[in-house]
Amino acid sequence: MAAPSAPAVGHKAVHAPAAGPPGTSRLRRGQRRTAALFIVPFFVLFAVVMVAPIGYAVWMSLFEERSSGLGFGGTERAFAGLANYTKALSDAGFRDSFVHIALYCAVYIPVMIGGSLALALLVDSALARAKRFFQLALFLPHAIPGLIASIIWIYLYTPGLSPVLDLIGSFGGSWDFYSNDHVLLSMVNLCAWQWMGYNMVIFYAALQAVPREVIEAATVDGAGAFRTALQIKVPMIASAVVMTVLFTCVGAIQIFTEPKLLNQRGAPSIDTEWSPTLFIWKAGFVQHDYGTAAAASLMLALLGVVLSYLVTRLGNRWKAAQ
Amino acid sequence: MSTLTHDTAPSARPSAAPRRPAATARRTSPNALLSKGVVNGFLIVAALYTLMPVSWLLFAATKNHRDLFATSGFAFGDFNLLANIQHVFTFNDGIYLRWFGNSVLYSVVGSAASTFLCVATGYAFDKYDFRGKEKLFGLVLGGVLVPTTVIQLPMYLLATKAGVVNTYWALLLPALVNPFGVYLARVFSEGYVPNEVLEAARVDGAGELGTFARISLPMLAPGFMTIFLFSFTASWNNFFGALVMLNDEELYPVNLGLFMWNSVTGQQPEYYSLVITGSLVAVVPLIVAFVCLQRFWRSGLTAGAVK
Repeated sequence: MAAPSAPAVGHKAVHAPAAGPPGTSRLRRGQRRTAALFIVPFFVLFAVVMVAPIGYAVWMSLFEERSSGLGFGGTERAFAGLANYTKALSDAGFRDSFVHIALYCAVYIPVMIGGSLALALLVDSALARAKRFFQLALFLPHAIPGLIASIIWIYLYTPGLSPVLDLIGSFGGSWDFYSNDHVLLSMVNLCAWQWMGYNMVIFYAALQAVPREVIEAATVDGAGAFRTALQIKVPMIASAVVMTVLFTCVGAIQIFTEPKLLNQRGAPSIDTEWSPTLFIWKAGFVQHDYGTAAAASLMLALLGVVLSYLVTRLGNRWKAAQ
Repeated sequence: MSTLTHDTAPSARPSAAPRRPAATARRTSPNALLSKGVVNGFLIVAALYTLMPVSWLLFAATKNHRDLFATSGFAFGDFNLLANIQHVFTFNDGIYLRWFGNSVLYSVVGSAASTFLCVATGYAFDKYDFRGKEKLFGLVLGGVLVPTTVIQLPMYLLATKAGVVNTYWALLLPALVNPFGVYLARVFSEGYVPNEVLEAARVDGAGELGTFARISLPMLAPGFMTIFLFSFTASWNNFFGALVMLNDEELYPVNLGLFMWNSVTGQQPEYYSLVITGSLVAVVPLIVAFVCLQRFWRSGLTAGAVK
């Protein structure tokens, strides 16, 4: 990594704050060796399980498997240029999967960020009692593995098993969690349940760092608790909000477990390629069309990068406007 | 703004009051009581929402198959918890216990090793100067944003070539790399290990490795725990990876095993009890661990948020 620039290393060492007493250069060399010892194992593994797969995905996405001749001798790999990308993009299922997650995000992100922010402000409020208990109770779902959380909720959506449906029924109502109109909300609920407390704790921790004098000044100025919360506290934790929006978006576009289980349960509008990750799963592991799956993966990753950029950009503008 | 005095404050409040009763003063007026009721009421509703599914699981795990469907969700039928637990552990020659052991291996052993790597790497990024340091660190931060589901397929194909698919390594190796953990470790190292301490150790002639093991690592213990918790939940949650990499039942972690059981409930409803009790058995140790270790996850989330 650092090999080609050996002279620069020496140059830098001169300017770097010296470790103190004489014999510094020997000390520095020892430190560099230790540093290498500490970081090399991580980066070797990083290269193996992150860089190599991404590189391999790029390579795979540019080739396609063609059966050779009369179908004897298996398949051969041929350069396909961007054919896999156009193939994925021209697949209505793949395009729809992006529409699905766009709709999902349009509901999920505001619910998640608004909900966890509201809860954090409530716990932070001077009026709240038993703050530790509430933090723990709200955070608890995060301790439960996503798959188990999904299974529990799906049982809570299942007629006959679900106390929720019993309750609705006892008021004479009815609700179908799997129907086309409701299933998106059922999915949002499932994910919100798992992550709301987690994000709430992040916001709450950030709120704790807001100087008390600022809030007192606002109160003295006659701002009510509600206005203080929205106009003073929220802008002061803007960094935490932007970061949480970022991670929530990157997570939401990869949604897999929840639609997979809802599909398995027979929710009519959740098909086997409902989300991009389900599409990739199907293309790669069911149809063994690795080229298309790799191209689709990379386009999803690209969407993640674009979203991260946009969120950071808009977030910085929002922070600057405060 | 700050020219307003304490005296004018109360008079300013009523103007906000008609719109939002919850926003008024904190003195013991009826209004204040109302606000307190509203704030705590919302929190109670939210807590009921978060606690409801797990409490339902607790009730459901005590029931036999008939009561599961015949009785109300929050009422007891015949008490069959022990019988259910026994059924889970003995079903199919005790495969569940095997899954549980696998989960412990993937999550506890994998996360411990991963955390050690993170701490060593983050510490080196904080305490040592080397060429290209910030560029490499940028690479680590980039790794935080790489969607894990995106690299799963190429990783599977590479693992197939390397012959590690369907072995413990298929889940353990990827779990070792936790870029966010390296970021946290650097933050913790800056916060917990004062540079002066290291200088003093160097002056005393201590070697770098010895200093790390005897002085820095103990100082980093709380950070170690926090990063460990992050890795741990990540591997408990890694359903997609397990689904992709494993097809030998003997190697499944608990979540993949429960997924398999759950997928047959449609045809064989008696599996419901197995899934429900199996979920409870998996969840209880996690809840206990999280309650006991709360200060660690809290400090981790704070470090992440302040950034």
